[in-house]
Amino acid sequence: MESIAPPSKGSIANLSPDVLETPPLSLGQLTWRRFRRHKMANFGAIMLILLVLYAFGGAFVFSEAYANKTETGARLQAPSREHPFGTDTVGRDILARTIYGGQISILIGLTAMLVELVIGVTVGAISGFFGGLIDSLLMRITEAVIVIPQIFLLLVMAKYFAASIPNITILGRTFSGSVVVIILVIGVTTWPYLARIVRSQFLSIKENDFILAARATGTSTTEIIFRHILPNSIAPIIVSGTLSVASAITLEAYISFLGLGVRPPTATWGNMLEGAYNYIETAWWLWFFPGALIALIVLSINFVGDGLRDALDPHSRAI
Amino acid sequence: MNRRQVILDLKDLRTRFHIAEGTVYAVNGVSLTLHECETIAIVGESGCGKSVTMLSVMGLIPVPPGEIVSGQAFYRGRDLLALSEAEMEHIRGKELAMVFQDPMTALNPVLTIGRQISEPLRVHLNMDHATAQQRVIELLEQVGIPDPKNRMNDYPHQFSGGMRQRAMLAMALACAPSVLIADEPTTALDVTIQAQIIELVTRLRDALCMAVIWITHDLGVVAGLAERVIVMYAGLVVEEASVDELYDDPRHPYTLALLAALPRIDRRRDRRLKSIPGAPPNLLVMPHGCPFAPRCEFVFDRCRAETPPLLPVAIEHRARCWYDVVNGKPFE
Amino acid sequence: MTRYILRRLLQAIPLLFVISLVLFFLMQNMGDPIATMGGRNVTRSADRERLKRQLGLDKPIIVQYLYWLAGNDWAKADLDGDGIAETPGTRRGVLRGDFGLSLVNKKPVTQVIWERLPNTLLLMLTAEAMILIFALLIGIYSALKQYSTFDNIITTITFLFYSMPVFFFALVTMYIFAVNFKKWGLPYLPTVGMFEPTAGKTPLQVAWHMVLPTATLSFGFIAGYSRYIRSAMLEAMGQDYVRTAKAKGLPKPEIVYIHALKNAALPIVTIIALDLPFLLGGAIVTERIFGWPGMGRLFLDHVSRGDTPVVMGILMMIAVAVVIFQLIADILYAWLDPRIRYT
Ligand SMILES: Nc1ncnc2c1ncn2[C@@H]1O[C@H](COP(=O)(O)OP(=O)(O)OP(=O)(O)O)[C@@H](O)[C@H]1O
Ligand SMILES: [Mg+2]
Repeated sequence: MESIAPPSKGSIANLSPDVLETPPLSLGQLTWRRFRRHKMANFGAIMLILLVLYAFGGAFVFSEAYANKTETGARLQAPSREHPFGTDTVGRDILARTIYGGQISILIGLTAMLVELVIGVTVGAISGFFGGLIDSLLMRITEAVIVIPQIFLLLVMAKYFAASIPNITILGRTFSGSVVVIILVIGVTTWPYLARIVRSQFLSIKENDFILAARATGTSTTEIIFRHILPNSIAPIIVSGTLSVASAITLEAYISFLGLGVRPPTATWGNMLEGAYNYIETAWWLWFFPGALIALIVLSINFVGDGLRDALDPHSRAI
Repeated sequence: MNRRQVILDLKDLRTRFHIAEGTVYAVNGVSLTLHECETIAIVGESGCGKSVTMLSVMGLIPVPPGEIVSGQAFYRGRDLLALSEAEMEHIRGKELAMVFQDPMTALNPVLTIGRQISEPLRVHLNMDHATAQQRVIELLEQVGIPDPKNRMNDYPHQFSGGMRQRAMLAMALACAPSVLIADEPTTALDVTIQAQIIELVTRLRDALCMAVIWITHDLGVVAGLAERVIVMYAGLVVEEASVDELYDDPRHPYTLALLAALPRIDRRRDRRLKSIPGAPPNLLVMPHGCPFAPRCEFVFDRCRAETPPLLPVAIEHRARCWYDVVNGKPFE
Repeated sequence: MTRYILRRLLQAIPLLFVISLVLFFLMQNMGDPIATMGGRNVTRSADRERLKRQLGLDKPIIVQYLYWLAGNDWAKADLDGDGIAETPGTRRGVLRGDFGLSLVNKKPVTQVIWERLPNTLLLMLTAEAMILIFALLIGIYSALKQYSTFDNIITTITFLFYSMPVFFFALVTMYIFAVNFKKWGLPYLPTVGMFEPTAGKTPLQVAWHMVLPTATLSFGFIAGYSRYIRSAMLEAMGQDYVRTAKAKGLPKPEIVYIHALKNAALPIVTIIALDLPFLLGGAIVTERIFGWPGMGRLFLDHVSRGDTPVVMGILMMIAVAVVIFQLIADILYAWLDPRIRYT
């Protein structure tokens, strides 16, 4: 201490005895502890686990064939013991379809997020790291994608690719080729926001002394990017990626709802809603169950994302 | 010297903050008096509760997390702490005005300087727009802003730090308050500007016969400005004396340390500044015994067991210590 | 300032150019325009060829783009396929305000859009007004009453609404306020169109039909913005300048609505501009559900039929609108915030 006035205002908090006695925690442990104290995030995480169990565990109760089996005699039946969620316009069991639809919706959410992550992080990293001409070029493209409202772009692209991909079979299950189309289309239109976040992270971290030091000692560019900058900008990427899963699930639902999404017989929570509003007066169960499931999963993921944001925030004072 | 009327009388003020980590015992029983036209200085290291004391008086403590646990603050006989918010609004800015530490953040960035200075004129003196404008120009002139007619239309970011603090002063002085509380108004400014501001306040104080409470953690600036000095430590007044007395005959070990840490021209250049060893007090625990004990060079058993009272040690001079630094032995 | 605006407009040109180029290429495979156009009667391959030549579809795609952009009245087309280009083109190109003819109904694209634009604007402007009014009211109130019961309830509700997909909200409100209110004999809200055909297009009818679509379009934004305003107000109320204002003895309303709000609400201008694409996206779903005859539904109808000229026209108009809107927002922000000056 040089003079009579130690400058830090937070000194009190730092000196509290129980803090002094706790051994330093790793970043992961710290994050986990903060996350666990976030009530909403815990609620979200539990809901999310239940929903995943519902979609993937339910497959042991109902077969996919049952979920896709049409029965014209049992059209538009209200919820009953035999069909707890009722039946749809061609007599398929809605409960079974929400189970298999959930799998696809979650799958689309996760894979579209991965596509977005790959493109967004790559573009953002290149832009932020190299700067200059390539940066302004990439940023113009980013801007161009942002200027067109995403749903419009999605609809055009979904229509564009719609016919071109045949059904595919993975692990003995047949998926409508439109699933792949939707995943790609969502990923390809969502990345600009992530790219901007990553770019600004790179821009600010790039100027840090430890990067300069690494460069001075002759560390290669790839190593600087992957060893030094990327790990330090991981927090906003994780948060953004989490929230992206929710937005991808919603987007799929929007385009399927509007009739340009995943084609039957493959069910998704989104395409189960297609045309459901025509039955608003007569068959509420058509739209209520898939709609509520989408709303629930989006809410849970947003809670988790919020909790992660707070938990990963290095400035957060909560311990 | 203190035959003047008491204008502000603070009695056993205690203010706490309830935060996530626990309770911050920021002010733990502060009493002080201020007479008309008198200037006192409150000195102490950062975090000792100077600002919180005066903010409590002004009713500016954010509640929650803050809480004024007990105490009275009599202004001309009325207890400010017992007044309603509406009653306080008539006192703040009119009778008691306050200038804050950081002129960079204390002015609203999106309103013009002129508007901000004219606000107290409008609400307290019911001036109309034209009269208020005229008064703002006079005030800005008074605090030494050149070309006030044009500069009053500027926004804070167009002013330098020193000019902003002058504008803050103009704002505080707008309604000619009886008491001016200056909370480290020069800390954020460089030395020459600092001297100018002090000079300005002294001049205005003498012209308006205003009582001034000058908060600082720099004992150096106190000398030419204040008549009396109050030294605070961990939310307690530890010593109170006239300026000369305090410099010549300090009685509290903390004051001694503060004075020793002061760079002085009469000292040899190469002599290192002495700093106070030990950490500043932890306000998260209720003080037990003398709060300065852990850092005190004269500490003995009693200090850790009992908090000393603020006792007279000479005429108009009180200190809160079990140890008699003059005679080098504990008091009886 | 003029220079700044000019510079921004100049920067927008290459942006719009890139957008149009990419969209144009994207749109090539959207469907079979000949099938879209002719329906059943163009089955003979000779007719198809002739139509293709008429539409310029025989040309390389880059030429097609050029014609779209700048028209083809300066070039000649070979209509009869004899290798000699003899018929002058008739299109004037987007740059001269000609977006071509709709493949579906042969009307000029500009006219088709123009017929629907006012309906969409009506819906969006009303929604935007609702968004601002409610977001400000809720945000400020819950900031002032931080941690009160009201604040806690509002915080939960805003989070729920913020995460709720537009269609789900629409379906639930429809179910409650239209279907069930009708069942219970209460005054129920209409769910389709702009007016009752029997009642005619009176302002009252339109307003009544707008209740649910406007609510659907605005609820998510109200939730998001009120959360934003709440935290911005809380931050502003903790700033030093608010303490200064209190120390001056200003009455509370003046502190809240002038000193704090002016700082807290400024960024809203930018946020609204940045969110315009999302509002448009919401409009498309809303218009579809409520059968609102606006641009969103127009877009959907024509996308599904592969009507490239109309789709291109709508997308380009949106792009221009978004770019201009963002510019206006930036100018407005600079005008409102004295700390920012563009040169
Ligand atoms: N709003 C608040 N919330 C929580 N704690 C606070 C708050 N305001 C002040 N404190 C605490 O009260 C104590 C006294 O603070 P105060 O601002 O009075 O110190 P000070 O003597 O004015 O210091 P400085 O010289 O740095 O201005 C500090 O420990 C501070 O952390
Ligand atoms: Mg202070």
